[in-house]
Amino acid sequence: MAGTPAIELRGLARHFGERTALRDVSVVVPAGATLAVLGRNGAGKSTLLRILATLLRPHQGEVAVLGEPLPKRAFAVRARLGLLAHEPLLYRDLSGRENLRYHARLYRLPEERVEQVLEAVKMGGRGDDPVRLLSRGMVQRLAVCRAVLHDPEVLLLDEPRANLDPAATGLVEPLIGRESGRTRVLTSHDPQAALAEADLALGLRDGRPAWLGPAAAVTPEQVRELYA
Amino acid sequence: MRTALAVLRKDLRLELRTFETVPAMALFAVTTFVIFHFGLGQATISGQLAAGVLTVTVLFSGMLGINRLFVTEREQGGFDAFLLAPVDRTSLLLAKAAALFTFLVVLELIAVPAFGLLLLGPSLGPALPGLAVVLLLADLGIAVIGTLVSAIAVHTRARDLIGPVIGLPLMIPALIAMARGAAAPLAAHGAASVPLKWLEVLALYDVVFALLAYAVFDFLLED
Repeated sequence: MAGTPAIELRGLARHFGERTALRDVSVVVPAGATLAVLGRNGAGKSTLLRILATLLRPHQGEVAVLGEPLPKRAFAVRARLGLLAHEPLLYRDLSGRENLRYHARLYRLPEERVEQVLEAVKMGGRGDDPVRLLSRGMVQRLAVCRAVLHDPEVLLLDEPRANLDPAATGLVEPLIGRESGRTRVLTSHDPQAALAEADLALGLRDGRPAWLGPAAAVTPEQVRELYA
Repeated sequence: MRTALAVLRKDLRLELRTFETVPAMALFAVTTFVIFHFGLGQATISGQLAAGVLTVTVLFSGMLGINRLFVTEREQGGFDAFLLAPVDRTSLLLAKAAALFTFLVVLELIAVPAFGLLLLGPSLGPALPGLAVVLLLADLGIAVIGTLVSAIAVHTRARDLIGPVIGLPLMIPALIAMARGAAAPLAAHGAASVPLKWLEVLALYDVVFALLAYAVFDFLLED
């Protein structure tokens, strides 16, 4: 499978009732590359991530992740995908450690992996506190732990650094940053920061691609127009 | 099976931590018995009337648990987290039905003695073995249908209404069998054994709806 793109979209469309959330989205992301998806609120960024995460079905077009067509082969890619969504996907009345152990059981991972990721984000000491008692930044660190617990090849990151202070951002960088070596699709409301860490960039306007190309080639004018 | 056990363990731990569901079910049941105690205007009841009161109370208390079964998953992202994992989705059905079954059994451990104290004429002791068999078989059916209905309802805006509106009609066969089956052990002239016919109806209902739930549950989780 050498040379297979990590992500391949051709003519992707998705509707919610009468509303078109995505239309004519085509993009190829090579393995190990980072795609920044930019656009205003409601442009379709989160919908795109949810389709790639196998949580939503595409209504038109072709979607392949790690060479596996979706949704047909969704089961085959789930263990190789990680999603860091807007919501942390953690139970508030369980501790961080209990939450991660639960996820470790779903992914059939040894419990040592839980301690490994908790230590990586310096949450081992607060790992037994209920999630509802933690600050937003701490919850986001736990959400990062959950997303990378199974060491996924592809990471889907929706505003990954939301609520993180600079120190916490530094802690999660080896797990979700460029240095993690994973294929990444990330959305951000900070276009400059997203473009700086991306290889490719996709601008979405009302669900349609406004532009697509190397992140380094995106001009400030294009970004301004996208958010105008 | 391992996945179902992981989800069940998590659900029971959450309930033990929050006490959001079972205490409400138990309180509702005891309150209903008090209302029946005064509303019926009889010091004690037995036989078919007693069985009917117990059946209706267990069912309506169970609806509280059914309505709450998937609320945490929806509100705290448990659905998405589960659907992201490389697991058989039917294990969620198995785990949730097992959790609801457990809640119903705990409810009955509180409600049945309260029923005996507040309403029942004959002594509860001799009735218990027969009653336990009827209740366990009925709980199984309520748990399976309840899980299915709850999974449908949780995706709708009117989820508090959808549960009873869809669930109650589907449960009618089980409730008839439960009420008829429980009448014999609760008879005034002393506990009699449960007629086999009603146990068979309950068991058949459980099997049919378990197969139906197994067949359709995957589709309910699709977007």
